[in-house]
Amino acid sequence: MVNIISTKNVNVHYGDKQAINNISLDFMKNKVTALIGPSGCGKSTFLRCLNRMNDVIEICKVEGQIYMNDTDIYSNEIEVEHLREKIGMVFQKPNPFPKSIFDNVAYGPRIHGFTDKKNEMDEIVVTALKKAGLFEEVKDRLDDLGTSLSGGQQQRLCIARAIAVKPEVILMDEPCSALDPIATSIIEELITELKESYTIIIVTHSMQQAARVSDKTAFFHLGNLIEEGDTTKIFTKPDNQKTNDYITGRFG
Amino acid sequence: MQYLALLLLFAVSYGFFYFGKNRALKIKFSNNARLASLPDYYGYFLVLIVLLPSLLIWFFLLIYKPTFEEMYVMTPTLFPDLANWSDSKLGLILNKITNLSLIVNIPEVDLMKGQLSLLNMSSESEKIAAKNLASFDSIYGWSVVVVFILLPIIIGLLVSRLINQKLNVQPLVEKIIINIIRLSSIIAILITFGIFFSLIFEAIKFFQFVNFMDFFFNTSWNPNRAWVISSAETVDKEVLKDAFGWIPLLTGTLLVGSVAMFVALPLGLASAIYLAEYASPKVRDIAKPIIEILAGIPTVVYGFFAALTLAPMLKQFGDSVGINISAESALAAGLAMGVMIIPFVSSLSDDVIRSVPNPLREGSYALGATKSETIKKVILPAALPGVMGSFLLAISRAIGETMIVVMAASLRANLTFNPLEPATTITTQIVTALIGDVEFTNPKTLVAFALGLTLFVMTLILNVIAVVIVRKYREKYE
Amino acid sequence: MSNIKKRLSAERRFKFYGQVGVFLSLLFVSLLIIKIFSTGSGAFFRTTIETDIFFDPELMNVDQNSSDKEISRASFEKLADGVIDFNFKNLSEDEFIKIREMYTRRFDYQLRDYFLKNKEVINNTVTLEISASSDLDQIVKGNYPRNVPESQRKINDYQLTILDELTSKEKIGSTFNFWFFTNGDSRDPETAGILGAIMGSLYALMICLVFSFPIGLFASVYLEEFTKPGKMTDLIEVNINNLAAVPSIVFGLLGLGMLIGVFNMPFQVPLVGGLTLGFMTLPTIIIACRSSLRAVPPSIRHGALALGATKVQTTFHHVVPLALPGTLTGTIIGMAQALGETAPLLMVGMVAFVMEIPGGPLDPATGLPSQIYLWSESAERGFIEKTSAGIMLLLLFLIVMNLAAILIRRKVEVKW
Repeated sequence: MVNIISTKNVNVHYGDKQAINNISLDFMKNKVTALIGPSGCGKSTFLRCLNRMNDVIEICKVEGQIYMNDTDIYSNEIEVEHLREKIGMVFQKPNPFPKSIFDNVAYGPRIHGFTDKKNEMDEIVVTALKKAGLFEEVKDRLDDLGTSLSGGQQQRLCIARAIAVKPEVILMDEPCSALDPIATSIIEELITELKESYTIIIVTHSMQQAARVSDKTAFFHLGNLIEEGDTTKIFTKPDNQKTNDYITGRFG
Repeated sequence: MQYLALLLLFAVSYGFFYFGKNRALKIKFSNNARLASLPDYYGYFLVLIVLLPSLLIWFFLLIYKPTFEEMYVMTPTLFPDLANWSDSKLGLILNKITNLSLIVNIPEVDLMKGQLSLLNMSSESEKIAAKNLASFDSIYGWSVVVVFILLPIIIGLLVSRLINQKLNVQPLVEKIIINIIRLSSIIAILITFGIFFSLIFEAIKFFQFVNFMDFFFNTSWNPNRAWVISSAETVDKEVLKDAFGWIPLLTGTLLVGSVAMFVALPLGLASAIYLAEYASPKVRDIAKPIIEILAGIPTVVYGFFAALTLAPMLKQFGDSVGINISAESALAAGLAMGVMIIPFVSSLSDDVIRSVPNPLREGSYALGATKSETIKKVILPAALPGVMGSFLLAISRAIGETMIVVMAASLRANLTFNPLEPATTITTQIVTALIGDVEFTNPKTLVAFALGLTLFVMTLILNVIAVVIVRKYREKYE
Repeated sequence: MSNIKKRLSAERRFKFYGQVGVFLSLLFVSLLIIKIFSTGSGAFFRTTIETDIFFDPELMNVDQNSSDKEISRASFEKLADGVIDFNFKNLSEDEFIKIREMYTRRFDYQLRDYFLKNKEVINNTVTLEISASSDLDQIVKGNYPRNVPESQRKINDYQLTILDELTSKEKIGSTFNFWFFTNGDSRDPETAGILGAIMGSLYALMICLVFSFPIGLFASVYLEEFTKPGKMTDLIEVNINNLAAVPSIVFGLLGLGMLIGVFNMPFQVPLVGGLTLGFMTLPTIIIACRSSLRAVPPSIRHGALALGATKVQTTFHHVVPLALPGTLTGTIIGMAQALGETAPLLMVGMVAFVMEIPGGPLDPATGLPSQIYLWSESAERGFIEKTSAGIMLLLLFLIVMNLAAILIRRKVEVKW
């Protein structure tokens, strides 16, 4: 199996506070990796290192090496915009732009200059919506505001928006935490379909979700990586006592 | 002509957007490869390159047109004794020549009576100057048009040759945009510096004529004495010793301000308390915006009201009860100003009172206190710093208010604390100093800037104190 | 028990004070408005005298074959004098002057304008409504008392008898005063109009808007989206808040000292007035723009950034369009404030007597509030109603602008 992203000795500081302690973790191509752990354990922070979304926060400092396909993503030669084209992201709360459904999906392809032709753009949008399993529900109202959709639909729109840029990796930061159980199960189903073509890294606070959708699981605690491995192994016979305590519900 | 040129400039830039974009697209399709930037950015790139230099040139031409005109027209060959003319004479002659330039090229039979007499009153050299001016205007107009159309087209065509597949213009365009917006925020800061320095520089000039101590501590104000002054070297500061004494203006300002606060504080505070604590939401929703209308009415309206209605009314009332109330009393101006300030006090205090946390109120009610006792003993003491802050802001408003006092207060300085007597204020005297002839070499004009500086410093201090008090108060409850 | 009674009556008293405060504030608003409207409404009408006019070719230097240009340059003063002789027979010199004074000084202009449109009237007699002088106008409207000694009246006894005579013949009429809306300023109240001042204010506001809106918006975008929080931003923040509290007259001094004194810009023109108002409005606009930029949730920015948009793209594709309604509201309110400001205009000379209607921001002009100030300082009685009418127009503009701001806020503003 090939590693698409590998990280080595990653440390993250918020001002004086250290949020991530010396983490080294690799992600395999076309697999779903779940990052689990109690809130405040640094799993989201770590996820945001992978597409350099932490650059937005002034006081945040990232150290260590993060390679994607053997290129250092924090090197000066990498344009962060180009990196984010390759690594898409879906956020905790659905955040569609207050524009039409079509424009939401077309925005990424437009700014990256995928095409100048209307019919090609239509195709990109329709494909992305189909892949996100949203097309059938919205095909008659592509001009409606993205914000007029229901929560679960909005989140799938955000997934379609990410897919439309043709990323290799999709980062998902607790994508279901703001959704109801039915919408959650639809998204979970979608994730298992998407791993055919994308590498997915998902942060979740729900252990059941991690168990249901992921191939690999990494357990974070207080900014440290406690244990990682195949999901079945982590959930059945973890090596570490803390992991065991967490998945059996003793803390978290 | 200039506006047409400006319009054309925008049209040309708009055209260059598509020119750049299409050029990029053509390269893309002929090479069949991805461009370094989006096609639109090549368009933006050309627009910025074309627009910015021309706009800058236009701005300077616009501002300095009168200067260029003067340089072109007022030559020593035409007017040999030009160097000895005073500013006001120069202005008069220039004005005459400007009027003359409009008619000098019209045949005499077509002129109206007034125009003919202007022509006959003018000297030969003035007529030549007017002809020069007329030709200058047309040359200027055409050069603007040419520069605005030709310059951008040449720049645009030259720069567009640089466009190729590898040229990544997006970072450049974004850098230019960021710098434009950075420049904008610098302008916002520069305004403060501009205020400070323009006040300071002219004030320093003023203090070359008048002793610092005389200005701040003398009690007599007779600025007309400065009419004899022409330049700083010849001035004996003793002559102006009693001309610019600041004290009566300060007392006048404080007197009018006190009357205003005497009206605004109780009314504003009472309304705020009533609206915040007693009024039903319905009454509040109607009454609050109506009171705030008072703040939106231009001050010139209050001035008119004070001068035309309030002052005669007060005088009549005074006569009927046997008190002598001046027609330009501090009372009339102060009353009108007080009304204007009511909404400042009431809406600021209203915010403050409403931000007092409810548990404090409930605690007091639970002890059996009535509403008014709760307000007086619990809420007002708790809200006091915030209310004080709003009072200070209101006072600063009153001190800086101009039109009401210009229209209703007196022009004559009068060292008094009696509101029934006439009094003058700092702002009134600034306006008086600048209406009529403005000469930046005469202390009569320059005193406006010295007064402005005192006003600026006073209001600044009041505001800073108010902001600090209010912020401290907010921290306590947030 | 008596203690409770005392406390309760104290309670009632306290509440009453509050009600008095609100009531008095409301009373002032209504008093002001009523006063302005009752004095100002007269200015929209103008007293006319029905007069028979014989277009006597001998008294005119032109005939029906003259070109428009010749007519507009010809003097109609003789004809105007002839008209008075024609209507009032056998006048002594003194009587003639007194009657001439009852008509507007622009009598001849009115005749000329009529003749320009109706050249066929030459050698004919027509009846026209000729405008009365302002003093007569004020007497007819009842703004001047009639029952005072002659020496205290602008209209003397002879003129009064003539007036009564004309009234009984139903020759005194009233017409809508279009001149008020189409003329520039004038020394004669009856012909003074507000259009010059409105155009002056319009040009000044245009300059103000062109200066302060883009700069205010861009500065706020820079401060909100492109700077790191720190000492510098704090300093700018304090600076802008203080700037918002600087008295307007100080901004006027800035305009005078900097624009006119240092940069040598011309006096009296809307360009300088507008820039000065722009300096004054800038902090208001920046404060409004920043708060509406801040109201755009960060998740929108993150969404765009995560798709690989640059900071500039994120800002101008998403954040600014979403904040635009809020910034527009703030800008309109700022413009309304600028429209009502008088002191800065006074400082940069936009208070002169200007008859011509300005044709651009570089022509000498007054502004609406400074015209109001000018008229209010004028000694002539006829200008009082002009002043009030000017105020009515100013208030109307302000109301319209504020309503527009409220409507935009209600209709377009995005709620988060």
